[in-house]
Amino acid sequence: MAVTPPPQDHDGTAVKVPWHRTPENRAVLLGIGMFTPAVLFIVALIGVPFIMAFVYAFTDVKVGSIESHFVGLENFRSILQSPSFKKALGNSFIFTIISQVLVIVGSTILSTALKDRFRGRGFVRFLVLLPWVAPISLGAIGWKWILDSLYSVINWVLVALHFYKPYSAPMWLGEPHLAMASVILVHTWRLLPFSTVIMLAGLTAIPKDIPEAAEVDGAGFWRTLFQITIPMMLPIIMVAVLFGIIFTFTDMTVVYVLTAGGPYDSTQVLPSLAFFTGILAGDLSQGAAISLFLVPIMVAVTYVMLRLAYKSEVA
Amino acid sequence: MAVVETRKLTKVFKEGELGAVNDVNLETREGEFLVFLGPSGSGKTTLLRMIAGLEVPTAGEIRIGGKVVNHLTPRERGIAMVFQSYALYPHLSVYNNIAFPLKAQKVPKQTHRQKVEWAAGLLGIGHLLNRKPRELSGGERQRVALARAIVREPSVFLLDEPLSNLDAKLRASAREELESFHKRVGTTTVYVTHDQIEAMAMGDRVMVLHKGYVRQLGTPREVYDTPADTFVATFLGSPPMNLMENGDYVVGFRPEHLLPIELAPNPAIKFRLKVKNTEYLGAEWILYGTVVGGKFEGKEVISRLGSAASFEADQMYDFGVREPDLHFFERQSEKRTQPKVLAWQ
Repeated sequence: MAVTPPPQDHDGTAVKVPWHRTPENRAVLLGIGMFTPAVLFIVALIGVPFIMAFVYAFTDVKVGSIESHFVGLENFRSILQSPSFKKALGNSFIFTIISQVLVIVGSTILSTALKDRFRGRGFVRFLVLLPWVAPISLGAIGWKWILDSLYSVINWVLVALHFYKPYSAPMWLGEPHLAMASVILVHTWRLLPFSTVIMLAGLTAIPKDIPEAAEVDGAGFWRTLFQITIPMMLPIIMVAVLFGIIFTFTDMTVVYVLTAGGPYDSTQVLPSLAFFTGILAGDLSQGAAISLFLVPIMVAVTYVMLRLAYKSEVA
Repeated sequence: MAVVETRKLTKVFKEGELGAVNDVNLETREGEFLVFLGPSGSGKTTLLRMIAGLEVPTAGEIRIGGKVVNHLTPRERGIAMVFQSYALYPHLSVYNNIAFPLKAQKVPKQTHRQKVEWAAGLLGIGHLLNRKPRELSGGERQRVALARAIVREPSVFLLDEPLSNLDAKLRASAREELESFHKRVGTTTVYVTHDQIEAMAMGDRVMVLHKGYVRQLGTPREVYDTPADTFVATFLGSPPMNLMENGDYVVGFRPEHLLPIELAPNPAIKFRLKVKNTEYLGAEWILYGTVVGGKFEGKEVISRLGSAASFEADQMYDFGVREPDLHFFERQSEKRTQPKVLAWQ
């Protein structure tokens, strides 16, 4: 950068410029100004609750209590012995892993199908994106109706097709395994568009020549897909997976709206358990302790994510 | 056997618009090096892609080895193609890039290593087999692309501007290598370029394309010495041929044939030129001038000389073109025609 000589008056003496008007300091002030809202936002909405959760996890604070005492690791000991917590921990993993596998397979298929031009592609892309842009609760409530024990349209169809007798059709949200499957499917439906958009971006970044070269070299559709396209998209698939893991592991909307964790905790996941225990049941300290369990897992995932993002950037 | 033929081959991208390729009839000769030459948008790449099977013709027929291949996929046509960008698989090593066509064509596995080494050896890249494409220079990438094309011994080679991504110096040596490579392998080759020097230097025959039409197909000597129309006449040669409208005809002569009068023995057409500018290019000089007096007053012409040191700007000199060096084209059709006796003054 060129060094600007200090401004001088007519008689050659340096003019006093206010501190905040010099070019360097103006840039610093602008930077601070642009940065502050984001920092305030993060501190107020993420930092403070996080620290509060951390503090609460070591006390016996309840909703509405005016005083609290330090209890050490008592809350952790207690939740580790709770069957609900063990169940929720296992469910969180099942929920995350199965839905992510489904999302990746589904979005690979969808993005491959939506890559090439065809009549009505724009409309199909719009439809695919819809679950992502529609409010979560709205979509989940729609599914609640679709899967309802009395008014389920799926059951209505199954009965009409004589697969089941009336009133003996499956209770989608009322039987443990079916409930888990339903929750996973609805969550997959919700995450699919996001993943598809990421994958589409990855696919369009592959030069057209490369699949053509594979075609001339004699590779068919499947060989090109598995040996050329997917390996070339791997970095971006990893990004989609890791975002998906975070969105799934920390999410409770679908579970909350569809099953509220039931029946018998069979769809309870860590975030929903923390919410039910800490907010609805009023045991803030236990809720905080449960949600703290998410932290080490998320830290590990974030670390891997940043590593991969860095690696794919370097490559 | 492996001769590529096209019959009335046409490609129209958008209905109602001009075709990218129109009614192209073509027949390669066994083992020949055929060059498609044309400016950008002339349809040369589209034509090549139709032969490769990457583009579906709107009309017409493609035959390879006497068999109609219109409905065959690229893999069934027995061709190999080198792309302008080389299109190497970035996540595979050089070895796996070259071996990919073998795997895809289900060549027995135990022969892969031997074939890859043969192809890599032929192109002198045997020591690079463990590298990834991003670790290679432009010239090395081009050789990997060629090795990948040759490894399964295709019946026809299609090359789409394979030298255009190399710098000027490398391009000259790569051109020479490609020529000697073709001589060794002897595979029928179709080569697309917009560079006339590449076309002249490498082609056994050159097909000049313009707006999707074949303007001329002939040896480099034929297309340069007897251009079929005014487009070919001006597209080939640098600086381009001088063209003058004279009655119902367009008469052309190459800059190297417009010489000082003492070097252009009779019978010759004489011009008095006012020199505008001279350019010194090392081995030759380019002289820009304007005709003074007579029928062509004010017409700008270019001459190419071994030396123009004695010419000064804004001075007048007498120049001439030997009559055998004149090219005649019909003014209406722009097609080449027999020499005519015309009034010049």
